[in-house]
Amino acid sequence: MPPGLKRQNITSQMMPMTRTLSRLLTDYGMIFVLALLCAFFSVATYSEQSPTGEAAARQVAKTLDSQFGKTPRVLIVARDQADEALFASKLDAALSSSGAKVLAVVKGEPKDARAELQKIVASGESLDAIAGTRATAAWLVFADLKADFPKLGDPQLVQPRTEKWPNFLKSENLVNIANQIAVIAIIAIGMTMVIITGGIDLSVGSLIALSAVLASRFIRDYAGAEQATALGMTLAGIAAILVCGMIGAFSGGMITVFGIPPFIVTLAMMLVGSGLAYILAAGQSIYQLPDSFVWLGRGEGLWKIPNAVLLMAILYGAAHVLMSRMRLGRHLYAVGGNREAARLSGVPVWRVLMFAYIASALLAGLGGVIMASQLKSGSATYGNMYELYVIAAVVVGGTSLSGGEGKMFGTLIGAFTIAVIQNGMNLTNVESYTQKVVLGGVILGAVLLDKIRHRSS
Amino acid sequence: MTVSAPLLNMRGIVKSFPGVQALRGVNFSLKAGEVLALLGENGAGKSTLMKVLGGAFRADAGAIEIDGVPQHFNSPQDSRRAGVAVIYQEFNLVPGLTACENIFLGQEPTHAGFVAQTQERRQAAELFQRLGVEVDLDAPCRRLTTAQQQLVEIAKALAFQVRIIVMDEPSAALTSHEVSRLFAIIEELKRQGIGVVYISHRLDEIFTVADRVTVLRDGLNVGERPIAQVTRQELIELMVGRELSDEFPKRSTTIGPPRLEVTGLRRGRAVCDVSLSVRRGEILALTGLVGAGRTETVRLIFGADPREAGEIRLDGRLLAIRSPRDAIAAGIGLLTEDRKLQGLVLGHSVRENFGLPNLNWLTRGGFVMLRRERDEFARYVATLRIKTSSGEQRAGTLSGGNQQKVVLAKWLARNCDVLIFDEPTRGIDVGAKYEIYLLMNELAAQGKAILMISSELPEVLGMADRILVLHEGRVTGEIADARGATQEQIMKLAIA
Repeated sequence: MPPGLKRQNITSQMMPMTRTLSRLLTDYGMIFVLALLCAFFSVATYSEQSPTGEAAARQVAKTLDSQFGKTPRVLIVARDQADEALFASKLDAALSSSGAKVLAVVKGEPKDARAELQKIVASGESLDAIAGTRATAAWLVFADLKADFPKLGDPQLVQPRTEKWPNFLKSENLVNIANQIAVIAIIAIGMTMVIITGGIDLSVGSLIALSAVLASRFIRDYAGAEQATALGMTLAGIAAILVCGMIGAFSGGMITVFGIPPFIVTLAMMLVGSGLAYILAAGQSIYQLPDSFVWLGRGEGLWKIPNAVLLMAILYGAAHVLMSRMRLGRHLYAVGGNREAARLSGVPVWRVLMFAYIASALLAGLGGVIMASQLKSGSATYGNMYELYVIAAVVVGGTSLSGGEGKMFGTLIGAFTIAVIQNGMNLTNVESYTQKVVLGGVILGAVLLDKIRHRSS
Repeated sequence: MTVSAPLLNMRGIVKSFPGVQALRGVNFSLKAGEVLALLGENGAGKSTLMKVLGGAFRADAGAIEIDGVPQHFNSPQDSRRAGVAVIYQEFNLVPGLTACENIFLGQEPTHAGFVAQTQERRQAAELFQRLGVEVDLDAPCRRLTTAQQQLVEIAKALAFQVRIIVMDEPSAALTSHEVSRLFAIIEELKRQGIGVVYISHRLDEIFTVADRVTVLRDGLNVGERPIAQVTRQELIELMVGRELSDEFPKRSTTIGPPRLEVTGLRRGRAVCDVSLSVRRGEILALTGLVGAGRTETVRLIFGADPREAGEIRLDGRLLAIRSPRDAIAAGIGLLTEDRKLQGLVLGHSVRENFGLPNLNWLTRGGFVMLRRERDEFARYVATLRIKTSSGEQRAGTLSGGNQQKVVLAKWLARNCDVLIFDEPTRGIDVGAKYEIYLLMNELAAQGKAILMISSELPEVLGMADRILVLHEGRVTGEIADARGATQEQIMKLAIA
């Protein structure tokens, strides 16, 4: 009686804004922890950034354009390296299209630049600007141009500007985090459902391996190995995922029909799945896959977001709708909250449980295919210990292991929290053993926070 | 027994929770060797007061004295040390430990670090002897009956030199035979000079066992009388704060053809060949002692347990019920005896609980129509006068009466043809009871068939049109006209 009344009193006095905020806090408390972590790692990795490659080219082109008007005469100097060569060619293209005159592009060493400058002088041309990377602009050749090449005119050295920006917040790094966590986050969707029903699924890590091995074998043996078509690879992936789904159905059957605790059933299936993966892979890794197989794991789709991350986002959206708006979601919560009350209210308990375990296994299978695609090979060692990371993501996300409560987006936040901590520690050069200790502490801390929050409300 | 100076004196006890003042200066005293009944509707402050006494809550203001010595209880341990034992409805026993181990839990007599088991057993045996009962000392508590577990709790209290025992609804789960034995034990406790606080909704028991009665309402004392100088009617009026014309509402019945017909129902030894029929507009009471097979029978009808034999017909149509889902689809609803364990998902909102059996018509294309669900629920909140802050309040935070109303709303919204009420008013205060009775009458008037299980004979006599008595899984008698029946008549059939 007291808690209900208390809530009413407080909320009735609150502004809608604060109410939304407090609801967000109670529903997704971890989001603030995540934000705090991001802020911390941003500060910790705050450092000088100089753009390279295409970004640098764009910046330099803009500078030249604003300083020299439409038709500057430019020499581009870069070292003979991938990102600098990219800088040179992109800048060349940009300047040519804007009307500037690129007299020459040097890709090499200081002596190549000196030779080119002499060539320009010899031909009687003058030069407005020399566009270099940060490395080439520092070459001694350009230190005293007026004295060395008096007839060159008065060329200015233009190089990419530096700016201060956290390494952590660089877009490549953020995409990297999302990519790293995609597999765990996708599997955590199924795990959240299972845990909300009051169960657990320990077999997901092994199913990653099994699915990766199966998909690679199907492609190698039946879809034409390196020559496999997109259709062949899709069918192979779907077949691997379906095999995992059947294992999930088996687990679900054992749990519902025979009443064996989920922990035991899925522990057994974890061993079975891992063993099968090793048998099928004959202890080796399967790499006879076409290059295009990496499309799913590494390819970029819309707005340069990796396909795996897009898939993750779509799946979370769908899972959120399922859990919060659909009858099946309501049933999943009810079965976990009070199985007997749910049964006596007409909830088809065993069907609901079967769904949860099959979904968990299917998603683990999908995770395996994505991982095989990311690594362009299939091996029975994949997914080792992943079940623990997945469970950690779910628990950090605020889902109760006793069932009946939890939120899909909470799990996503949990997965990101774990990924951000790992990534941040990598960026700040924390040793991997220390990382494990910290991660353990964070998992415990998150659950502790949840408990305290629950007690106070 | 001559009554001396007060053993316990609580003065001006105030306790508030955020948003609600549960106790507003309650005075309470208990003499040695006295049984004091503490009465009040749910939410009147009884439990809060007893939790202050038991050290579970700290009072905001007020004083507690035992034998004239001021006490400051900061924890249950403090109050226990001062000689107070509270026996809650949910027992504090470890199910896997034996009676003997539970009695001494946390205070085991030891010898050089080893539990002195012989001493433990001897003392435990002595305690049960003192109570005049026999309990298997070596059986794990989960295998003992509820009555036996209660005895273990009492023995546990006695083992610690208890002066005051508080019993919260001690008879709720006992058969009438067990209740009378409990009364004998309370008599024995009185003789030993122990003060007993007896909390119960059953007025009959209070008149049997109590010496004095204190009534609370809205966190205040509203009356304190010797039991000999008060009538049942007066007590109810004190509790409710208004005059109740009758405990059971009157109604006119028009009984039609049979709706639910059950023949030859059987499962193990619990239900042996039970046949019954409930007609349109009729309230049939299924009564008998606890363990007679009443709940088991209705669970078979509802498909909650598989039946070995038996046919179930609704309006003459044979039903193939194999699960609660089938029963619900056929138009049968069951309000379970245990709301907390079987009726509600306590951690979920009342709206979601309401929706659970109704999702089939509250969903379209798999999606729950949230607005419709909210509106429907709001309608039932208004008609059933459910006290809830909003549909989002957790079911577990409602009072017993309101929880029962939420369960009722669940089934009313399904518009079932047959409603089975298993102990519909257990643990519910008088005011809410009356409302539930009114509702049952209204449902019957709509032509539904109502099957009611109740252990409270006045309720059976007051509500039913017809009474069926069970004993050891068999129907031992039928009283066709409940209006003219007496409690003695039922009891005779029940102990067959």
